[in-house]
Amino acid sequence: MGTGTPLIQIRGLSKVFETESGEVNVLEDINLDIMEGEIFGIIGMSGAGKSTLVRCLNFLEKPTEGTVYFDSQDLSALSQKDLYKIRQSMAMIFQQFNLLMQRNVLKNVCFPLEIAGVRKKEAEKRAYELLELVGLADKAKAYPSQLSGGQKQRVAIARALANDPKVILCDEATSALDPATTKGILALLKDINKRLGITIVIITHEMSVVEEICQRVAIIDSRHIAEVGYVQDIFTKPVTEAARRLVFPEGERVDHFTSSRCCRIVFNGSSSFEPVIANMVLEFRQTVNIIFADTRNIDGKAFGQIVIQLPEDRLTGEKMMAYLRSRGLTVEEVKGYV
Amino acid sequence: MFDQATWEMIGKGFLDSLYMTLVSSALAYLLGLPLGIILVVSDKDGIKPCAWLNSVLGVIINLLRSVPFLILCITVIPVTRFITGTSLGPTATIVPLVIGAAPFIARMVESSLKEVDKGVIEAAQSMGATPFEIIWKVLLPESRPSLILGAAISVTTILGYSAMTGFVGGGGLGDIAIRYGYYRYQTDIMLVTVALLVIIVQVLQEIGLRLAKLGDKRK
Repeated sequence: MGTGTPLIQIRGLSKVFETESGEVNVLEDINLDIMEGEIFGIIGMSGAGKSTLVRCLNFLEKPTEGTVYFDSQDLSALSQKDLYKIRQSMAMIFQQFNLLMQRNVLKNVCFPLEIAGVRKKEAEKRAYELLELVGLADKAKAYPSQLSGGQKQRVAIARALANDPKVILCDEATSALDPATTKGILALLKDINKRLGITIVIITHEMSVVEEICQRVAIIDSRHIAEVGYVQDIFTKPVTEAARRLVFPEGERVDHFTSSRCCRIVFNGSSSFEPVIANMVLEFRQTVNIIFADTRNIDGKAFGQIVIQLPEDRLTGEKMMAYLRSRGLTVEEVKGYV
Repeated sequence: MFDQATWEMIGKGFLDSLYMTLVSSALAYLLGLPLGIILVVSDKDGIKPCAWLNSVLGVIINLLRSVPFLILCITVIPVTRFITGTSLGPTATIVPLVIGAAPFIARMVESSLKEVDKGVIEAAQSMGATPFEIIWKVLLPESRPSLILGAAISVTTILGYSAMTGFVGGGGLGDIAIRYGYYRYQTDIMLVTVALLVIIVQVLQEIGLRLAKLGDKRK
């Protein structure tokens, strides 16, 4: 959990790309604080500017306006040499893993240590420890082409940890992986955050990733930060249009139901995985219409949400909502979202 | 079929051809490899963009590459004389060969280095690698198989060029083929030299292929 001290402060950051067809505004006046020790999500649709934003955090892209403070140091004020140095404490992992294909796993993990000037013996010792940590010690001599996607990302994580970074920036780190592997990688990141206290910034377009490991999230929509807050708050009470679109990715399908009374049930892990809707229907002997459902069973806990259409009878509706609340669920009436 | 003297001449020609080819290749790489690296690094998407340097180099390389090699041999005779003291024989031939091959090699190296995944370069940058470290630890090692294949192509091309220099007194197998096969109509000698050239090309190409494959960890 975050300590309340900001590690990364983004101030008035804008980025304009010069292209042949003129200037393109990618980010406009972004302000954001990322606290030490937290797992912070930045979510947005493709093209929203999130990949550019994460590259501005370590100055791989220089902001056109504004700046980034990392550990209270203004990155725009640093010399090129100091910037190289400070990047060693801001590790990054990528969607395509970006391992060196001609080096074995061990040498890949040694790579950032070589850059930091660590002696070979020491570097290899440290690399072995890190491979142990990510569960790939037996693959030290293998080449990346012999590994699966999940294993490659584990190597990339070991590599990211090599120089004891203060933060790990994850750019769509699980987008090329299947759901089961994604879960494994996210669990590893969570574990690293908990055990080593490393701040993690997650860039993604998948709400499920944010739900699973982030404490706070910023929603980025067409160049701006639309909403920032605790994941739970945004998930249960999205305020902006952009947030709603992410929380209900298939919102357009429920269009024609919004005239009647609907309620949204949010499963945030506080209830066990039981057939709660079916039980409710049995209890009240009244049917409900399931309009939207997206739930998962993670470690025996239910996560996700269901939107149901309540019976026209107002009293039964209220009772049903009370029933659901008594099962530890967050329930709210939805009026014409989408 | 030939007398002793002829065989000896062919043997010397064979060694001269190898000597010209290998020494020229080494020297041409000494020039072409750094030029190729500069082309990639100074490109507008490169790790240290420098538009003017990139275009100046590009123009020079294209100019040199568009001069037909035989014309280039004649044009650089003063330079050859200045460096080697003569314009005849295998050693003199090395000068135009290097000047002709270096731009070609620069382009070969450029295309090999451009095959390296942009993401891997970005990863190195995110770790705080300097441009020099990226060249030395990422660009060159990651493109090694492609560089070796390119080298096999370059060396065989240089061998072909070296045979051409026979027309301007270059020495080696090409010189023998031209003097005996072309001027004296001794087709048999020409056929033997051609066969030897074919064998050298095959052997070099095969060595290059095997080395490239052996060192490639992507498979």
